[in-house]
Amino acid sequence: MTDLGLTPFLTLSAFLFACGILCFAAKRNAIGILMGVELVLNAANINFVACARFVPSLRLEGQVFAVLVIVLAAAEAAVALAIFLNFYNNHATVDVDEGTELKG
Amino acid sequence: MTLPVVLFALIAVVTAGSALGVVFSRSVVRAAVWLLFSLIGVSLLYFLLGAEFLGAAQLIIYVGGTLVLVVFGVMLTSQGPFAGPRTRPAEWLAGGLLAGALFALIVSASLDLGRPAPPTDQPLPGVGPLGLTFLGVPEQPGEARGLAFLLPFEIVSVHLLVVLVAAAYLARAKKKVAQPPTPGATR
Repeated sequence: MTDLGLTPFLTLSAFLFACGILCFAAKRNAIGILMGVELVLNAANINFVACARFVPSLRLEGQVFAVLVIVLAAAEAAVALAIFLNFYNNHATVDVDEGTELKG
Repeated sequence: MTLPVVLFALIAVVTAGSALGVVFSRSVVRAAVWLLFSLIGVSLLYFLLGAEFLGAAQLIIYVGGTLVLVVFGVMLTSQGPFAGPRTRPAEWLAGGLLAGALFALIVSASLDLGRPAPPTDQPLPGVGPLGLTFLGVPEQPGEARGLAFLLPFEIVSVHLLVVLVAAAYLARAKKKVAQPPTPGATR
């Protein structure tokens, strides 16, 4: 594993992060945006675990934070889907451009 | 080319390619399937890094739980296989520029991070030390660690409970608002 090092993992995580950001920007479907959030959180988690492996002072902390992020991501997905279902009940679509009631 | 390098290359190609599939597939169901492969790739990455507990948790919670939630959301809100608004080219351009800039920024930062100190390689602590850390038990007896991660652990547990109650409340079946009957409407 020493010949692999920290950098490849960070690069892969940056790529996943960029894909998630592109999902936020380009998808019109609210569930597609939720998938982008999942990608971004996974990118952060790869960073945590890779640092836990390769940085000695983060051996436990990296894993602990990764567990916390996984739990929070599950909670976030549950609430976001509930909100989307409510939105769908009210607007009969999940297009995020339709949610303009609060527009000034 | 040692075994970890080959394995990492394989997993990285699968994960990154599936992430691209999530972004570029027009059908939400296909995006969900690409996301499935991407999440499995991330969990294999955890196994490769030696974090077995995290890999298993990723498989169980993300692949088994979150993705099923997402698929249910797709099922309950979908209007047709390729229905829904198309993304405009200008939005692709702006999003692509933003994502590319962020990618370049993070990669340059992580190259700087990896270069000066060659990373040391230690096996990760297993499930036992991880659980003890969550409970605030010090790794070596007598080590002053305080309650360590007991407080975040409790906060996250309560947060999960509150969030799930809120999700059940938000998504409950509501009574339809009684609409005035249109004249001449037949059932």
